[in-house]
Amino acid sequence: MPQEQEQKKVQRKGGGSDETDADAGQVQSSSKAAELKEEMDDILDEIDSVLEENAEEFVKSYVQKGGE
Amino acid sequence: MAIPKVFGTETEYGIAAVGAPDFNPVLSSSLLISTYAGSLRRIRWDYEQESPLRDARGFEPVPAREGTDEDLGLANVILPNGARYYVDHAHPEYSTPECIAPRQLVVHDKAGERILERSLNEVARSMPSAPQLSIYKNNSDGKGNSYGTHENYLVDRATPFGDIVRDLTPFFVSRIVYTGAGKVGAEAPWDDRGRSLYQLTQRADFFETEVGLETTLKRPIINTRDEPHADPERYRRLHVIVGDANLCEVSTFLKIGTTAIVLKMIEDRFLPDLSIVNPVQALHEISRDLTCTHEIALADGRRVNPVQLQWEYLEHARKYVEREDDTPENREVLERWEMVLGALETDPSSLHRQLDWVAKHRLLHAYRDRDGLEWNDSKLRAIDLQYHDVRRDRGLYYRLEAAGNVERLTTDEEVDAAVMEPPLDTRAYFRGRCISKYPDSIAAASWDSLIVDTGADALQRIPMREPLRGTKAHVDALLASSDDAASLVSKLQD
Repeated sequence: MPQEQEQKKVQRKGGGSDETDADAGQVQSSSKAAELKEEMDDILDEIDSVLEENAEEFVKSYVQKGGE
Repeated sequence: MAIPKVFGTETEYGIAAVGAPDFNPVLSSSLLISTYAGSLRRIRWDYEQESPLRDARGFEPVPAREGTDEDLGLANVILPNGARYYVDHAHPEYSTPECIAPRQLVVHDKAGERILERSLNEVARSMPSAPQLSIYKNNSDGKGNSYGTHENYLVDRATPFGDIVRDLTPFFVSRIVYTGAGKVGAEAPWDDRGRSLYQLTQRADFFETEVGLETTLKRPIINTRDEPHADPERYRRLHVIVGDANLCEVSTFLKIGTTAIVLKMIEDRFLPDLSIVNPVQALHEISRDLTCTHEIALADGRRVNPVQLQWEYLEHARKYVEREDDTPENREVLERWEMVLGALETDPSSLHRQLDWVAKHRLLHAYRDRDGLEWNDSKLRAIDLQYHDVRRDRGLYYRLEAAGNVERLTTDEEVDAAVMEPPLDTRAYFRGRCISKYPDSIAAASWDSLIVDTGADALQRIPMREPLRGTKAHVDALLASSDDAASLVSKLQD
């Protein structure tokens, strides 16, 4: 059954206009992987600049009362 | 024939004051809300219980209230967009107005995040010396305490509750492959691995039973709370407590959109029995399998993984929508559902722009690689928490969004508008517009009533028992021709 669905998916993609549809499910090639790593490094650098300074203290002090 | 699906979300946000651990979360939540609400905080929440009297049509005089005990209470306000914003336990909680389309719900769910962010800014501006508060749209503190993100769906009272339990449980257990918000660590008492793992959901560890009324202990996959906030003869409000708080718009869209279609199929008895042998255990196991291939036993003897189970629901939904409910909104839900399931089957990590658990896992994974961290490193747990920070300059989800790394379904303009504007096509329109237009004459409000002070001896209750009455089409002319609340009430009484 998954194969049948896989086929339908492929057929439908032909008419799809959403670019994320086309991206989904593609196996990442190695050049794409390098590109992604570079993109990821940029993201990590930015996150370093906004991350709570003392991670341990932040995590320790984050205590919530139950809700609902 | 299935009834239209009206839905909304209620989110209890985590609240913290970094560097001031002895702050009071209850009072701080109240401060956030009352500061944001300003003069609207005068309007009471109408707690009037359902009663047979309220089945009568028209208006009922409301007895005058004595005392001022409610004035001393915690903030609990109704906003011009039709939402409710209040203190629940030790959390600020935002309940969206009633929506009828999944995309519209995403916009209003996001508007809630913006309202929390604005509240933080307001408090920081008006009380510069107070400790800085921060707000997290998540469901667990990593120490065994959970707070909820609940979904609500209008369902037909005639549908046997047993049908809902049977057909919805396998769906809820397997949908976590796209609704999970991801979490570093285990919080179930039987799992002693502490923070040394990553799982799909924030919430799975807190679920211990299949069906029940509780929401704070022995949590059930299907919650039986029966407060319809509408005509109880016709409707149930299904109160869903098993979901995660999502920041990714695609996750929220799918969570609501797929569940709404599945509920319609249940009402129309369209689904075969897909019961899972042990759904609670399956929920825990699926949450711990990042490959989404863990097989679970069905009552019919088959073993399937959660993605295969979701494909089965999707196949039925496709037929159902084609035959019974072929709308552009449903077609979009089906397309995205199919895209996500296909990608989960081939490479779940490719969904880092669509799903929270994948986006967060990608970040954590990259951090581990770069800094050589173990899963139980505090830094990873800190990243997990900060992913959910609603401040757009601090929240890691928002940093990803700003860098174009997550897929949007909404625009900032739509979300900003929804901070003030109610949906046009549910009773939230009437509620929200009355709050905007006659703020000084609304004494109280709730999901299914407005209590108006027209200056007459008794307050007047306007019942709103039909979630699809009070839309823009129904009431715009009436509101436009009513300069004040007295005139509105007198026209309604004619």
